Amino acid sequence: MAGTGEGKKEEADYKRLHSFPLIRHTDMPEEMRVETMELCVTACEKFATNNESAAKMIKESMDKKFGSSWHVVIGEGFGFEVTHEVKNLLYMFFGGSLAVCVWKCS
Amino acid sequence: GNGPEDQPELTEDELNEEITRILTANNPHAPQNIARYSFKERSYKPISVVDQMAVLFVLESSLLHEDSDEARRLRVKQGLLKEDGGDVEEAGEEDRPDSSASKADKKEPKLTNQFNFSERASQTLNNPQMERICQTEPPPRNNFSATANQWEIYDAYFQELQKQEKNKEKQKGTQAKKDNDKSKKKVVLTETQTDDLSKVSDASKIFERMVNQNTLDDIAQDFKYFEDASDEFRDQEGTLLPLWKFQFDKSRRLTVTALCWNNKYQDLFAVGMGSYDFRRQGQGMLLFYSMKNSAYPEYIYPTTSGVQCLDIHQQHSHLVAVGFYDGCVAVYSLKQEGQEPVYKSTAKTGKHTDPVWQVCWQNDDMDNNHNFYSVSSDSRVVCWTLVKNELIFTDTIRLSVNGALSNGPEGGHLPTGGTSFDFHNQIDYLFLVGTEKGKIHKCSKTYSSRFLETYDAHTMAVDAVKWNPFHPKVFISCSFDWTVKIWDHTINTPMFTFDLNAAVGDVAWSPYSSTVFAAVTTDGKVHVFDLSINKYEAICQQSVVAKKKTKLTHIEFNPIYPIIIVGDDRGCVTSLKLSPNLRKKPKSKKGQELPKGPEAEVAKMEKLLSLLREPEQSAV
Repeated sequence: MAGTGEGKKEEADYKRLHSFPLIRHTDMPEEMRVETMELCVTACEKFATNNESAAKMIKESMDKKFGSSWHVVIGEGFGFEVTHEVKNLLYMFFGGSLAVCVWKCS
Repeated sequence: GNGPEDQPELTEDELNEEITRILTANNPHAPQNIARYSFKERSYKPISVVDQMAVLFVLESSLLHEDSDEARRLRVKQGLLKEDGGDVEEAGEEDRPDSSASKADKKEPKLTNQFNFSERASQTLNNPQMERICQTEPPPRNNFSATANQWEIYDAYFQELQKQEKNKEKQKGTQAKKDNDKSKKKVVLTETQTDDLSKVSDASKIFERMVNQNTLDDIAQDFKYFEDASDEFRDQEGTLLPLWKFQFDKSRRLTVTALCWNNKYQDLFAVGMGSYDFRRQGQGMLLFYSMKNSAYPEYIYPTTSGVQCLDIHQQHSHLVAVGFYDGCVAVYSLKQEGQEPVYKSTAKTGKHTDPVWQVCWQNDDMDNNHNFYSVSSDSRVVCWTLVKNELIFTDTIRLSVNGALSNGPEGGHLPTGGTSFDFHNQIDYLFLVGTEKGKIHKCSKTYSSRFLETYDAHTMAVDAVKWNPFHPKVFISCSFDWTVKIWDHTINTPMFTFDLNAAVGDVAWSPYSSTVFAAVTTDGKVHVFDLSINKYEAICQQSVVAKKKTKLTHIEFNPIYPIIIVGDDRGCVTSLKLSPNLRKKPKSKKGQELPKGPEAEVAKMEKLLSLLREPEQSAV
């Protein structure tokens, strides 16, 4: 029992500690990167239960801000290989279990 | 009686006889036997039915019945009658455009005068069409692939947290040092800031030059490529083409008192600013201009006293010796930041008591110290040596009316001020000094007690005296007494005398020919002589000032390019290009004279001199 209690505590710790956005890979310039990251966080928090809506929101905002043809993938597990325009890719983790990939390619 | 002549006369009976005429529909003249080929039956067939109508007279009517259709149509056409829908339909299809036109007319009736109205149409030229296609490079792309799953995400977060913890530990370790660091950081910051500024200043300097070269592109082209073509048709005379003008706002009221080219950077020259008017002495200025940027000086050194003369060191081109009106001499270094001289003479260290008229760098002495000479109105010729951070002076000669005297008692000797000097470029000890009284003394650095020779050169102060750069015996002198004289230092009468009809400010030998020299006069003219072409008159005499009263004060030849710079008393320096006639090569014999340039130049001068000497010697 104690083990499970510890396990729960660990899980809570994990959730708490691992909630921040963690950028895994990006080639965006500083300003754009910060903005995109904040947008992703906002979207994922707003639509915590619906990844599709979150992706849609991110895509649409990015299209408005940085020109069209952005693509967004959000999920807990997926593999991908994409072609993107240089300086327009962001791949990040968020909330301990989500992976967000945002890139531009027209 | 009343009928025609050939009318037969008939009797009463004959007249009363009834003659019956029947009118038929047949034309009696119509042919009755027309045969036509019938294609149907392939043979000629007589045609039974013949056209019986004969037209005797036709007259088109000009009247219409008021109620007829045609009349109505005509009225519609002329817009006299208000048509109704039925009419339009009756008018038929071919009239439709007309009727619609009349509809438009109804709103804004436009009656054209049918007698002088004509329609005219024209077509303008259509601009030729062009097609332009361009293709840009597609934005660069990259591939990226990754796999996201829970354990990857977990690992990534885990690593990140570990890293953060490590950083925290480090920060704790360095906390103590931080305060010190902060102050250091600030210093570093300010340093980088100044670095940034200097970077910008470099870039802006380049930009300034680019802008200037763009705006004055034609001058740069002239400088590089223009050769006065009309020189071919002039026999000997040449012209001067004005190029850049160098003017600085803050020195507008000063006179150009000295010019000197930099030996290492041939586009750079120094300008000394001061005043020759002893009543209007004040501050002076030392400027350095580059031909690459005529709008603004490269270096600016304001001075408390007027600059009277300057010289740039031949080998160490950052060292500039300057003589001032207040008798000081100073050395500026272009490498040094700030606007103060590196060395300056003071009253303690033997400064002149009167204006310094000329300074001249010498070769380094035996201890490898830089040294230069100066001459002043206080009758001293002084050698200054740069030792560490001091200027050490040695009086070389004291000028007097009768003879030289160094450091000795002055009884019986009237001191006389020196105004110019020049050192021999081959014989190290030999130099010439021009004085206020118009005399030129040939002196030696080693014998200070007496002159080697004294020439009664001019009746007024000697403005410039200069050795010929090629011929070791020849020198030139000029004075405010309107004359330029050329001398052989072994003979104490002038070889040539030229009267320029105005006070001569400065004279300079050309660096490319032993027989070419140029002089400037106070009437704003530049005189260029080539003795090998004309021994009596200038081959170019040209006024180069904008305003009539401007006086020219100094002139220098560029050591490489065929241009001269002249300074005037309004603080303006003008560069002029010499036309081809002014820089003719001695002779066009190829392979013989060109490789032995200097010797050929000496020979050329010698030839001229020998022409003058021989009759003299024979006379003696």
